[in-house]
Amino acid sequence: MSVYLIRGGRVVDPAAGTDRPADVVVRDGVVSDVGAGLDAPDAEVLEAQGAVVAPGLVDLHCHLREPGREDEETIASASRAAAAGGYTALCAMPNTDPVADSAAIVEKVWATGRAAGLVDVVPAGSISRGLQGLRLADIGEMARSAARVRIFTDDGRGVQSSLFARRAMEYIVGFDGIYAEHCEDESLAAGGQMHEGERSAVLGLRGIPSEAEELMAARDIALARLTGCRLHLLHVSCARTVELVRRAKAEGIRVTAEATPHHFTLTDAALEGYDPNAKVQPPLRTENDRLAVIAGLADGTLDAVATDHAPHALEEKDQELTFAPPGMVGLELALGLTLTELVEPGHLGLAEALDRLSTAPARLLGLDGHGGPIEPGAPANLVVFDPSAGWEVDPDAFHSKSRNTPLAGRKLRGRVLHTLFKGRPTVRDGQVSDRELAAR
Amino acid sequence: MIKHLLSMDQLAAKDITLILDTAESLRQVTDRPIKKLPTLRGRTVCNLFYEASTRTRISFELAAKRLSADVINFSADAKSSVSKGESFKDTAWTLEAMGVDAIVVRHGSSGAPHQLSNWATASVINAGDGAHEHPTQALLDLFSMREHFKDFSGLKVAIVGDIMHSRVARSNIKGLITMGADVTVSGPPTLIPPQVASWGAKVSYDIEPILPETDVCYLLRVQQERQSEQLFPSLREYAALWGLDARRMKLMPEQSLVMHPGPMNRGVEIGADVSESPRSIVLNQVANGLAVRMSLLYLMLGAPNQEAAA
Repeated sequence: MSVYLIRGGRVVDPAAGTDRPADVVVRDGVVSDVGAGLDAPDAEVLEAQGAVVAPGLVDLHCHLREPGREDEETIASASRAAAAGGYTALCAMPNTDPVADSAAIVEKVWATGRAAGLVDVVPAGSISRGLQGLRLADIGEMARSAARVRIFTDDGRGVQSSLFARRAMEYIVGFDGIYAEHCEDESLAAGGQMHEGERSAVLGLRGIPSEAEELMAARDIALARLTGCRLHLLHVSCARTVELVRRAKAEGIRVTAEATPHHFTLTDAALEGYDPNAKVQPPLRTENDRLAVIAGLADGTLDAVATDHAPHALEEKDQELTFAPPGMVGLELALGLTLTELVEPGHLGLAEALDRLSTAPARLLGLDGHGGPIEPGAPANLVVFDPSAGWEVDPDAFHSKSRNTPLAGRKLRGRVLHTLFKGRPTVRDGQVSDRELAAR
Repeated sequence: MIKHLLSMDQLAAKDITLILDTAESLRQVTDRPIKKLPTLRGRTVCNLFYEASTRTRISFELAAKRLSADVINFSADAKSSVSKGESFKDTAWTLEAMGVDAIVVRHGSSGAPHQLSNWATASVINAGDGAHEHPTQALLDLFSMREHFKDFSGLKVAIVGDIMHSRVARSNIKGLITMGADVTVSGPPTLIPPQVASWGAKVSYDIEPILPETDVCYLLRVQQERQSEQLFPSLREYAALWGLDARRMKLMPEQSLVMHPGPMNRGVEIGADVSESPRSIVLNQVANGLAVRMSLLYLMLGAPNQEAAA
């Protein structure tokens, strides 16, 4: 029996639409009481003075690298990084080695996540076998497996054939799944190192035009209209894609979309010193695109902030830019970047930001017990953070096995104090407490 | 003087003038019976070439030797260190450990010299990186133009060919515009970046109308692979539309020049008779390359008071 009293915080609960000072009592994994001046003599106290108490964060999009590249990240190390970042649930992308294209692999990922015990690891399955875009993966078996896969994606690649995309949507709709697309027309993007524009021309780097994303987004929206399948657009990077989603939603098409912290924080200017850590796919785009992504998150066109956490080994990033793989880590930065880049300048209110980080992605994944509401009887998946505490990004302090970020040294606001997963602190006073958990 | 030479962006007009003036006095060394200066005695220059190159590497090697530096040449295939071989960074550190004073680097990956300058304490000189820049080529081209025309101000230069993938074009456009010249680019529309206007150059897809107004027609080498990428239909069509043959050369003013960074594809971008015309200064460019590279090494590594030299 474990009892915790989260004392003196401001409870911001986007699912309930409430924002008020309150204590929260957690008993045996569930919230037992929320209110002012609560007393629980048998409880351990988690101090929350000056802090925000919110539903634990939910990441729709991260790469855990297990199986296959355990030198870069494991499900356990990513779980620690996630807990440190305030997360209680993750959706694991299927582009592992082997690819998560069968029930056996997704069940293994799911079970390994459960064993790590720090967050709910929700595996996504691939759309095509081996991400080849030629034959359907075992979509139905993955949906019916113990992992109950809901999101299907070939992330890392877009589905190039329109016919194949149509067939996949038609099939997925029967399992009430979500077809999630990495929008990139490979014939336009081939060999690209960064956003195509003024800067790529000066730097002599082959560009990836915004149109490579826009064309596939437009195609998929049309196919979602045709098939009735739920469509989710991953890591939207450019203004025109935001506008396509806005119009599709107005038309009533079942489409959702996400944006990453790096796309609302950085632009292609980050490539000017040829830093391989700033190479990411889709690429960092222009200031106009960055502002459009922020506006999309603000008005709800973009439903969620998702990290696209993409760990890479030092030796892979520490080489010529054109050889380095794309991607950057994000689990330990997303909350700080959201608070610093979106909330502090006033683009989003705190409750809206927490909706994009937790409530909306939890609903999208169909994850009961995540994303709030914070009310008696609900599983206690919570984050407590100090929104005003400043800190500096130090990759050496990451819990992730990888350190690839161009944001080292950046000053952020918003520090995680406690994370509770199923009623137990995975982070307490800023320290990941997995050893303590393992000892229980 | 600058520590590294990575891009023409680093050089203001007065820096370029100093480099060209110094090259002019150093060129006289070449005319002496003993073609050597002691300036860089005891210094080591490494030529680190990840792409095949004959003239640039030999030119740098000879320039360093004429200044009495020790020279080592290191050639490697550019490939991902993950696939095979030693990483670029490890190679840089190895050279550092041997105590080289300057690394002259050519690499197929744009930005590789920038990255090297972050890892190395030696001076890094960009000898051509991907489709980014080739600053010493631009400096020797400026030197060659200055020999024939007193002033860059108002000088009309046409650069013809694959601007998109050309490091020579990028460096030359920057250098010429810094020096006050008037630059027009021409070539297949697929090979002209739409951003060229923001670099300060004009665009004319048709070469003939600009030739009567051109003081220097600078032809870029056509890479065969651009044809296979469907960037233009055929070498025949390229030659017909953008090649400088004798007939087109007659459209240019009498005192105008033809330049080419080499190696030339005769009969494609340049007619055989044009390349052998007295107004083609391709071989002067090669000779001047030596003087300009000596000047750079002298200014970057050898000048006794580096502050005063800048």
